Amino acid sequence: MPRTIKVDALARVEGEGAMYVRLDGDAVADVQLRIYEPPRFFEAFLRGRAFTEVPDITARICWICPIAYQTSSVRAMEDACGIAIDDGPIRDLRRLIYCGEWLESHSLHVHMLHAPDFLGYDSAIAMAADHREVVERGLLIKKAGNTLMEVVGGRAVHPVNVRVGGFYRAPRPRELRALVEPLERARELALEAVRFTGGLEVPDFEPEHEYVALSMPDEYPLEGGRLVSTGGLDIAPPEYEEHFEELHVEHSTALHSRLRERGAYLCGPLARYALNSGKLSPLAREAAAEAGLGDVCRNPFRSIVVRSVEILYAVDEALRLIAAYEEPREPFVEVEPRAGTGCGWTEAPRGLCWHRYRLDDDGTILEAKIVPPTSQNQASIEADLRGFLAGNLELEDDRLRHLCEQAIRNHDPCISCATHFLDLTVERA
Amino acid sequence: MRDPLPGSDRRAGLIVIGLGNAFRGDDAAGLAVARALGEDPRVLVHEGEPIDLLDRWEGAGEVVVVDAARSGAAPGTVHRLDGLAEPVAAGGSTHAFGLAETLALAHALGRAPARVKVIGIEGERFGAGDGLSPAVAAAVEAVASELRARLGKPAVGRRQDPDGERSART
Repeated sequence: MPRTIKVDALARVEGEGAMYVRLDGDAVADVQLRIYEPPRFFEAFLRGRAFTEVPDITARICWICPIAYQTSSVRAMEDACGIAIDDGPIRDLRRLIYCGEWLESHSLHVHMLHAPDFLGYDSAIAMAADHREVVERGLLIKKAGNTLMEVVGGRAVHPVNVRVGGFYRAPRPRELRALVEPLERARELALEAVRFTGGLEVPDFEPEHEYVALSMPDEYPLEGGRLVSTGGLDIAPPEYEEHFEELHVEHSTALHSRLRERGAYLCGPLARYALNSGKLSPLAREAAAEAGLGDVCRNPFRSIVVRSVEILYAVDEALRLIAAYEEPREPFVEVEPRAGTGCGWTEAPRGLCWHRYRLDDDGTILEAKIVPPTSQNQASIEADLRGFLAGNLELEDDRLRHLCEQAIRNHDPCISCATHFLDLTVERA
Repeated sequence: MRDPLPGSDRRAGLIVIGLGNAFRGDDAAGLAVARALGEDPRVLVHEGEPIDLLDRWEGAGEVVVVDAARSGAAPGTVHRLDGLAEPVAAGGSTHAFGLAETLALAHALGRAPARVKVIGIEGERFGAGDGLSPAVAAAVEAVASELRARLGKPAVGRRQDPDGERSART
């Protein structure tokens, strides 16, 4: 007899989505991660705006990861105008503020959204009664991230200090020094988080995904680099569309991305870690090894451990950048507009965030293209569900539903970010 | 740029927090109320994640949270809830951790102020774009004048403050 398992409104994810699964005997007949949040048209309303407006407009795509959009967009604009900021204090500040975003986003997901799945609670609120320390740890790490964002970005959400060419104002060294103490405390908490998540029980499940992530010569990837994959990909930002395409599927207002040659792929913490684990800080590497992570982690249920390792890395990296900080003479590089196309990409907490803009000679945006991480991961999330279900059909519906929800949260989907449309057709009789 | 690290010891017993998204129509109602109250250390504008309220209201004895509501009532209807006693419906939030969850979590952790009052202003339009619909703008005025009195601030007439409406939206 056919079985249907569905969740009409997924909890503990950002945005509005649903899950639909149809099983027919021993076969998984259909799996859909349904994204029904209305389309948001950001790419359309960027057209006609000035190139300098892009960080403030794109920040509004997401209040969990505005820095991803701001950094990818300003890097794309700089590329279009013939400028690359690949080293020096402005680049370091970009990296520093990005660490703040990882702390905010990852700590929220690990502790408030994902941990309840592993400990057997419906929500962080229910979990707080028995595991207060887990909730408090998440809140304290997040607070350190918020403070970092406030100092470098001007405020904790939708920072106002990011501009094309750099920042409106560079923080004073003493302002950054004030962050050292809360970050050192956050480092202790992050270590605890790695130990805690490393001890969580997870189902046996190791699907094969092609992992796609940025790669930088000597550092764990944040604000740029080349795009590499476990399938041998190694490309620069303008080559993205030669290798990837976006498709519309009926059950989602978010486009599905795929590798033109090989189909579905996965970006995000598991991919970043698999392709870059050797570039983590010594402390993060050591903690990862103690938590039982090898150089590559294939079990998506252990993404919570990888996220915790990335929290630890982000704290370490922020402290390193603060210690080395020298206030730049000018907080930004003057960027003169010119006609052309530019691309930029960075590692949002959930994975690759790629932008392309075409500009008029006065800097007016003629065309914008934004590929957020969650739309790239939709097909792989569905593949995970399919694979996981196939091996666990004997479980009761309720248990299966719960594990499927957990499997979706393994990838921390941000549905609000992913939701957009290429075009909208209205047919009238 | 504003002082990125304002002191946290500036609050008296009561604080008012306006919540919302400035670019989603009537969702800005809570922000508009806070802005109509003018610069005041007891009045906070909160556009971020509701969960960060746990830190923002730390040390306050009483908190009034003003937010937009969507219950099906007539636009401009003002709902009043005891934020700790009654469940604040979470249906309208697209956030993984919304106001309702934040209030419940604060309660569970013992980090809630002694009194939390939630004022919900029923919205009409929540689509992209700024500006409030007329019924909501009127409710914002009414709620702001009530809170002005509670905070012991002088009533502000439009005539004395010709830019009032404009500055409430910037």
